Amino acid sequence: METPLTRNITLGKMPPDFAQYEKAGGYAALRKALRMAPGEVMAAVKEANLRGRGGAGFPTAQKWSFVPMGDDAPHPKYLICNADEMEPGTFKDRLLLEGDPHQLLEGMIVSAYAVQADVSYIFLRWAYKLAAQRLEQAIAEAYRQGYLGRNIAGSGYSLELHLHVSAGRYMCGEETALLNALEGKRANPRAKPPYPQVSGLWGKPTVVNNVETLCCVPHILNHGAAWFKNLSRSGDGGTKLYGVSGRVKKPGLWELPMGTTIREILEEHAGGMRDGYQLRGLLPGGASTDFMVADHLDVAMDFDSMQAAGSRLGTGTMIILDDKTCPVGMLHNLEHFFAQESCGWCTPCWSGLSWVEQILKGLEDGKGQVSDLERLQSHARLLGPGHTFCALAPGAAEPLQSGLKYFGDDFDRHIHEKRCPWK
Amino acid sequence: MLSEQERHEIEAQSHHYPNNRALCIEALKIVQAHRGWVSDEGIADVAEALQMAAAELEGVATFYNMIFRKPVGRHVILLCDSVSCWIMGYDGLREHLHARLGIGLGETTADGCFTLLPNVCLGACDHAPAMMIDSAHYQDLDPAGIDEILAKYQMNEIREEKKEKREPPDGNTADP
Ligand SMILES: Cc1cc2nc3c(=O)[nH]c(=O)nc-3n(C[C@H](O)[C@H](O)[C@H](O)COP(=O)(O)O)c2cc1C
Ligand code: SF4
Ligand code: FES
Repeated sequence: METPLTRNITLGKMPPDFAQYEKAGGYAALRKALRMAPGEVMAAVKEANLRGRGGAGFPTAQKWSFVPMGDDAPHPKYLICNADEMEPGTFKDRLLLEGDPHQLLEGMIVSAYAVQADVSYIFLRWAYKLAAQRLEQAIAEAYRQGYLGRNIAGSGYSLELHLHVSAGRYMCGEETALLNALEGKRANPRAKPPYPQVSGLWGKPTVVNNVETLCCVPHILNHGAAWFKNLSRSGDGGTKLYGVSGRVKKPGLWELPMGTTIREILEEHAGGMRDGYQLRGLLPGGASTDFMVADHLDVAMDFDSMQAAGSRLGTGTMIILDDKTCPVGMLHNLEHFFAQESCGWCTPCWSGLSWVEQILKGLEDGKGQVSDLERLQSHARLLGPGHTFCALAPGAAEPLQSGLKYFGDDFDRHIHEKRCPWK
Repeated sequence: MLSEQERHEIEAQSHHYPNNRALCIEALKIVQAHRGWVSDEGIADVAEALQMAAAELEGVATFYNMIFRKPVGRHVILLCDSVSCWIMGYDGLREHLHARLGIGLGETTADGCFTLLPNVCLGACDHAPAMMIDSAHYQDLDPAGIDEILAKYQMNEIREEKKEKREPPDGNTADP
């Protein structure tokens, strides 16, 4: 089984420096890309069926194709790496950032070349101190070696790349809010259209991609689209970093073929549930995905299969709910997060979420009423797609509506026993 | 007024951004690194240096979690309260820290050593529960482990204090 994204990564070891990275075949994809036309690079990524790993699974080449190209295109154009990773239960980009920073830089430079960007930013979350240090170092090396800056490797193509360390807020990960954060403003999202590819950072064409997405790009160039598609067990190309946290024997993170089943990840890689605990449910891809239950264990973790099963792949890092943890308490924890991180722009989100949080707290405290269930249902509907400015609220609605569906008995017990049965 | 050092560090960041406005978050972080937090005076200083309205900068400063608009202790404990850590024992750790330090979330110990803050997911969910103290990450925590970690910080403080007391006024160390 091939694991291109993590091939240079050994836990607890220093990441490869420039020389080691290059010796392992690094920057070959960049040199190759620079000999191709930007459109050819884009076509290779399209052919490979690379879909965005930031959560929504948007086809990467299609995203790039909206950027104005040619002599009349406005400049500077920007390419941004979204390394904000603040989705609860998610710890995948951190491994790539700390473990192989040059791989990310190479992916960024190749992708920037494909859209003919002039300037690039890495938008990094504040807590990733080690990643910041290692990226700084890798960026300096890449400049010294002529892979960043003016006239990269004698190609005539130039790119400036900067590291921006965020001051911290979940909203910053939403791509248009991220643009405001980079401009030094409050991170409220922007109305779409216009889309960032047309009018993004400082009103100029901008592409925002996730860390893992960008790390896939050099491998597509090196080995071809057919090879990349073959890595996957689904129609989406490539491998995927899958993670498991919660009461399993071996929580962790693994690079596996896209489309590996939940069962295989949970039982073979995470070692199954800890002794004395049983699986009650799981959030497959971070806090803002719909709960799944034991019936779903054989679903393949790819974008389409997860959607068909009523959830989302999201970030691919699953959170396990065991039988000794209260589902209502878990939902309370999740909705507290969303309420706290809401940017306050739209009423169904900021007001709705604080209601949801209070109702769930009431249930946990033994003050729940039967009418609470209907109120939670109607909030879940109002938070859903189409009522708010950005995807934070629909994300908050996903665990809520699915939690009500799968754990109805637990809600009833809280109401009738007037206490949390787990406390 | 910004100190010479602060001004210098802000200046050093300016080539990453095309205008002063975009530099403001960086500038707030630099001021905080030197002063521990960002006071009204800090806001005024940065606003003046970047030629922004103070009210506007205030709006930016209050939006971001890692800009402290209230004084904090010498060490800031950021305890992850997100879902994986909650499942793996966040409540117990919080109670333990309350008892150990005698402070609740958002409070600072009387000796000014620690401020305890809740924080969203630290990206260490496979090693939950997790926390940070200042820039250091700690994971796979339990109450005994937390005691050990806190003791390390407290020992260091005592050592620093002793060192200061032993230092004669001319600055030479009195070590034999
Ligand atoms: C509230 C919110 C937070 C988000 N946080 C992140 C994040 O931390 N990292 C990320 O890559 N995408 C995040 N996204 C998704 C981005 O908006 C965007 O879709 C993604 O960066 C695109 O990258 P991709 O096309 O490579 O998947 C977030 C979205 C929302 C609504
Ligand atoms: S949905 Fe929530 S987070 Fe998104 S813009 Fe509206 S208030 Fe802000
Ligand atoms: S939930 Fe605590 S580190 Fe992710």
